[in-house]
Amino acid sequence: MSTTVLHKAVTRGHADLGWLSSHQSFSFAGYYNPERIQFGVLRVLNDDVVAGGKGFGSHPHDNMEIISIPLEGSLVHEDNMGHRQVVSAGEIQVMSTGSGVFHSEYNNSPEAPAKFLQIWLFPNRLNVTPRYDQVKLDPAKEENALEQLISPVKGGEGTWLYQDAWFYKGRFDEGRAVDYGRKRKENGVYFFVVKGSFMVSGERLESRDGLGITDLDTIGLSSLEEGSEILIMDVPMQNKIQ
Amino acid sequence: MLNILAIGRDMAILQVVERLINGHEGWKATIVSTEEEAVAAFGEAKFSIVFVCAGISMDEEEGIRRRLQQLDSEVVVTRHFGGGSGLLENEILSILNSKL
Repeated sequence: MSTTVLHKAVTRGHADLGWLSSHQSFSFAGYYNPERIQFGVLRVLNDDVVAGGKGFGSHPHDNMEIISIPLEGSLVHEDNMGHRQVVSAGEIQVMSTGSGVFHSEYNNSPEAPAKFLQIWLFPNRLNVTPRYDQVKLDPAKEENALEQLISPVKGGEGTWLYQDAWFYKGRFDEGRAVDYGRKRKENGVYFFVVKGSFMVSGERLESRDGLGITDLDTIGLSSLEEGSEILIMDVPMQNKIQ
Repeated sequence: MLNILAIGRDMAILQVVERLINGHEGWKATIVSTEEEAVAAFGEAKFSIVFVCAGISMDEEEGIRRRLQQLDSEVVVTRHFGGGSGLLENEILSILNSKL
């Protein structure tokens, strides 16, 4: 018997700071909803728009796996370890914040807004040495298929992080269908529609809707519109810190 | 006043945690970096929440929990994730909700 949680886009939290518009699938900062704390180890899913020339000043993070997926434009990350990296649409960046890091994150354009997904997972190891990794995605691998973005495997396809989690992204023509196979029985699968609409396990999802499913090994999804894009996050439902 | 103790090894991050907690009306933070300092702080004030922050291992956390709850069986000792940014207020509200 599977369990599902449906998070319609319009029910998300929203923060408007002028330079930042953030829609939050889970409780974050000033948005607190006890029914929307996390899906397993998936704790943050923020859908952010940062105005040109603006961004997040220096601030700390620790013991979180933070994934940035730019959808439009690019962001500049700088940290207290001397890293400076630009991450652009078509790329993905993972930061294992471990024992602690201070970083800033700004829109790389002085004028055009940057749109990105900011995703936080609880780690399965504490206090690791902070690290960054960034990879370029292959659009061809996402055409009517699921491209692996993240796994726990160092050297695997995409990038890796300190958690038994897998992320996939795909872009589908109208009517195309695919079955997604859950990676581990201890995991649940959270589907987030980036663009367009999908039918996932019998539930119609529109742009920015989220659907979490547990206890199903194989989940069918089909695109309802040309060019629909979906992000899949396959994550442990209980965190086992090693 | 809700007194919150944060214990961790990264003092720069702890100072951010302290500033964020103290920025909330009715909440007051104390930050320490060792178990002994935490025990000493318990002699000075009654704490409702202890956040175990970066740099503290799971084993250390368990020892800290055991020792501090011997001093005050009502105190909630829990891990803080994220370094202050984004989740801290949520974590406090969740603890307060669970106590209601």
